[in-house]
Amino acid sequence: MLKINKLHKSYPIGNTSLHVLKGIDLFVEAGEMVAIMGSSGSGKSTLLNIIGMLDEADEGEYVLDNVPIKNLTEKKAAIYRNKFLGFIFQSFNLINYKNALDNVALPLYYQGIKRKERIDKALFHLEKVGLKDWATHLPNELSGGQKQRVAIARALAADPKLLLADEPTGALDTKTSHEIMDFIQSLNDEGKTILMVTHEEDIANMCKRIVRLKDGVIMEDIFVNQVRASPICLI
Amino acid sequence: MFDIDLWREIFQSINMNKTRTLLSGFTVTFAILLFALLFGITNGLLNTFDSAFADDAKNSIFIRSGKTSKASNGLQAGRQIQFENADQEWVEEEFGDKVQYISSRIYLNVTATFRNEKSTNTVRAVNPDHQYLENTMVNYGRYINESDVKNKTKVVVIGRLVEEDLFLKTTAIGKYINLNGIQYKVVGVFSDDGGDNEERMIYMPVSTAQQIYGNNDHIDQINLTYNPEMDYDEAISFSSILSKKMKERFMVSQNDQRAIRVRNLANESKAVNQMTFILSILVLIIGFGTLIAGIVGISNIMIFIVKERTKEIGIRKALGAAPKSIVLIILLESILITIIAGFLGLFLGMGILELIAPSLEKYFIKDPYVSLNLVIAATFTLIFAGGLAGYLPAKKASRIKPIVALRKY
Repeated sequence: MLKINKLHKSYPIGNTSLHVLKGIDLFVEAGEMVAIMGSSGSGKSTLLNIIGMLDEADEGEYVLDNVPIKNLTEKKAAIYRNKFLGFIFQSFNLINYKNALDNVALPLYYQGIKRKERIDKALFHLEKVGLKDWATHLPNELSGGQKQRVAIARALAADPKLLLADEPTGALDTKTSHEIMDFIQSLNDEGKTILMVTHEEDIANMCKRIVRLKDGVIMEDIFVNQVRASPICLI
Repeated sequence: MFDIDLWREIFQSINMNKTRTLLSGFTVTFAILLFALLFGITNGLLNTFDSAFADDAKNSIFIRSGKTSKASNGLQAGRQIQFENADQEWVEEEFGDKVQYISSRIYLNVTATFRNEKSTNTVRAVNPDHQYLENTMVNYGRYINESDVKNKTKVVVIGRLVEEDLFLKTTAIGKYINLNGIQYKVVGVFSDDGGDNEERMIYMPVSTAQQIYGNNDHIDQINLTYNPEMDYDEAISFSSILSKKMKERFMVSQNDQRAIRVRNLANESKAVNQMTFILSILVLIIGFGTLIAGIVGISNIMIFIVKERTKEIGIRKALGAAPKSIVLIILLESILITIIAGFLGLFLGMGILELIAPSLEKYFIKDPYVSLNLVIAATFTLIFAGGLAGYLPAKKASRIKPIVALRKY
């Protein structure tokens, strides 16, 4: 599914440059649920951004679903992002002047799907995250958990091969975090491949595999026993 | 290629960001409004200057006579100088090409009657060329012609207001008007931009007046226009030579300011022309200044809008928007707003000019009017500038990495 070989990335800072990723090797099979952990500055977000084609690697190989991702033009990157990837952000990143339904339908607009079909699909995904009744509400009328669920519905709308989550529970309280994680786990149960960056141990333990980064290299890559986030467990 | 979805996106963005839309729209509307008002008011000032000289042809020279104030050539002061037909012919022969039109003038005060209506009017007895000297516009019928002068026919051309006063609602053409007891056939009705007094004039052939009222060939005044190909300085030197030779012809001292007076409108036209020229330059500077201020304003707002939308651009790119679609959505929105706001300013400006025009007349602003083409050109300049000012930052924003755009809060 995802193949990364000797990935390097550095950022220029003044005259010197900061070497953030120092040769990352990572293989992820379809259906996996991987947590990328590490302290801030370890390079975990940079890695996720490169996987998400939001950023480019300096050197190394990156193959996604048998498609080598390299020498991307802006246009090509846009098409790949739209076709392969679904993003879930810590700060939700909903467009604040669009209602929930329009936000979810946006990736479908960039796929060139007809309006009628877009709305049907978007409504289907909103129903899946349990927010069908909130379709016409603007983001600022929703709670944090609801916003993140709209964002998840948006990430799912284009039916991506890989879901990328950057601290999906970072802005949420514990109870809401567990609800969101429960939902992400159920998506994984349905077969979606999920990659998430987090710095919370309990969230990481809800994944099936934990990759620990430190100073730009992988320190540890282990499979763990998944902890179910089902709200019942909280009681 | 009309993309309804793209326009739906744009209208949603306009609709949901009203402050932004109003702000950018206001700048454009205000710039165009000011542009139209400034141009209109200055045009009104220019019109006032123009109409002040609309009565006579701008290249007119008037030659009048009076009593000598100085003794010369052995003749005493106080001698009355009287022009005759021969003097007009002499001017034509002497100056030839330099004279465009020439006519004599005799003034008569008459009581005009038609049936029961009566009025007091001034008659000007003239040659056919006089029509061009005085900018007389013939509404019906004809003006005095050469055969009238040759045959001394008893015909008159009357002013629009004479017809109104004496003939009431009926046409005067072909009817006979009584001037001091003698019947004249009305052959034409004229109007004149010089005001009501001009339109109460009555014109008759110079020869007819000479025969009936004096049986001589005296004339009161010689009017002519100089060849319009001459510039102001040539025209002024022409009239001083004319004055000099006339004084020699009548044996008048060259220093005598009263016996023969030559007035050349070129002197006044020159001053007015300089003034209107400066005024036009001033308008141009102010107009372009306003336009540039508008362009700077809309450019600033576009840069601000793109900055404000940077995060949205990042989100859209993460969801698969191609750079082209980002540029398009920002550009079309800005062009749409500029077009609507620009034309709003255009109609407001024209409307206000129309509305305040009557109350401005007392401030020497007549018919404040700005050409529609000019304002449309100004509007399109702003639209183009707004488009360009939107395009450059939009292009730049569409190129930044989505991760950079998303990091902005």
